[in-house]
Amino acid sequence: MSDYLLLIVSAVLVKNILLARYLGNCPFLGVSNRMDTATGMAMAVVFVMTAATAITWCVQRYLLTPFGLEYLQTIAFILVIATLVQLVEMFLQKSVPALYRMLGIFLPLITTNCAVLGAAVLVIQNEYDLGKGVVFGFASAIGFGLALILMTGLRERYVLQPIPKHFKGTSSGLITASLLALAFLGFLGMVE
Amino acid sequence: MSFSKEFTKGLWQEIPPFRLVLGLCPTLAVTTAAKNGLGMGLATTFVLVGSNIIVSMLRNIIPSKVRIASYIVIIASFVVIVELLMQAYFYPLYKVLGIFIPLIVVNCIVLGRAEAFASKNGVTLSLADGLGIGLGFTLALTFLGAIREILGNGTFFGHSIMGASFEPLSFLIKAPGAFLCLGVILALMNVISDK
Repeated sequence: MSDYLLLIVSAVLVKNILLARYLGNCPFLGVSNRMDTATGMAMAVVFVMTAATAITWCVQRYLLTPFGLEYLQTIAFILVIATLVQLVEMFLQKSVPALYRMLGIFLPLITTNCAVLGAAVLVIQNEYDLGKGVVFGFASAIGFGLALILMTGLRERYVLQPIPKHFKGTSSGLITASLLALAFLGFLGMVE
Repeated sequence: MSFSKEFTKGLWQEIPPFRLVLGLCPTLAVTTAAKNGLGMGLATTFVLVGSNIIVSMLRNIIPSKVRIASYIVIIASFVVIVELLMQAYFYPLYKVLGIFIPLIVVNCIVLGRAEAFASKNGVTLSLADGLGIGLGFTLALTFLGAIREILGNGTFFGHSIMGASFEPLSFLIKAPGAFLCLGVILALMNVISDK
């Protein structure tokens, strides 16, 4: 049990997928302007990343490894993720229209969110079993959401401040991310 | 619409990731040293040129409904090629870049060029575009890597250049330094283009 707890703390805070592993930075800077879009994106990522790590783990274990096809990992995983995103989109549209309207435009964007593919590859590289893999995927996604929402909170506060004009937009976003990453660096002592 | 114009635009006017703010993850992650930036940039260039050529050759055959999926398969194939080549010939670099080599698949620059340029233009122009954007990306990554390596570690391509009394700002090698460095460079680019 403590194994899982350590894994969660490590994935959410210590090795935060956005701020310490540098994955998924395009949506991080792209959608962190408004709180409602940031929350939508965070929820969509939690949904897809958890499912994606579970499915890609099974693909690797029961399809690629037995047939000696490990070199196809990249192609197989990206196709699995693209298909999964499409399926989730269709499923939500039919059965949970309210959630679909909330997440709708973010779902297609997730295919090219490198955090999802990154988490899937990391699970294989770290040789987690299925349970740990899914927990890792879920915790990483929570870490992603946490960092994204914190970032949005910061950006919403300073958007009306008199920033030097050359620093406006992405530049000030990156510098805010830097300060946030500095704060997260403080968690480094918690878990090895 | 000439070859040289398409080629040079990637080196300054649209240089990623400074002007075209795409592909940030590899930019931030691998630029802890100039050599890693250079390696990552060249790997991306290879994928970009290859996928641009194939996409532009097949642009009239691929149905528009499944085009994104087709582009991703084409890009992924080139990524696998580069992955295997690096594993065979540049193993230390392959180890350092690690997970970011398979992640070239989801680098928005590559898919962006396939969708925005190669799917609308001929093979020669797409080759020029891929080469230009790719080399621009390589330059940018090497530049960023050099700054972080010189200030953060006191070395340049592994050679010590700052002298023994220099106290390295190891902050720049870590994650916050990556964000800060890129943010300041983007602001400087804005200053330059304003003049």
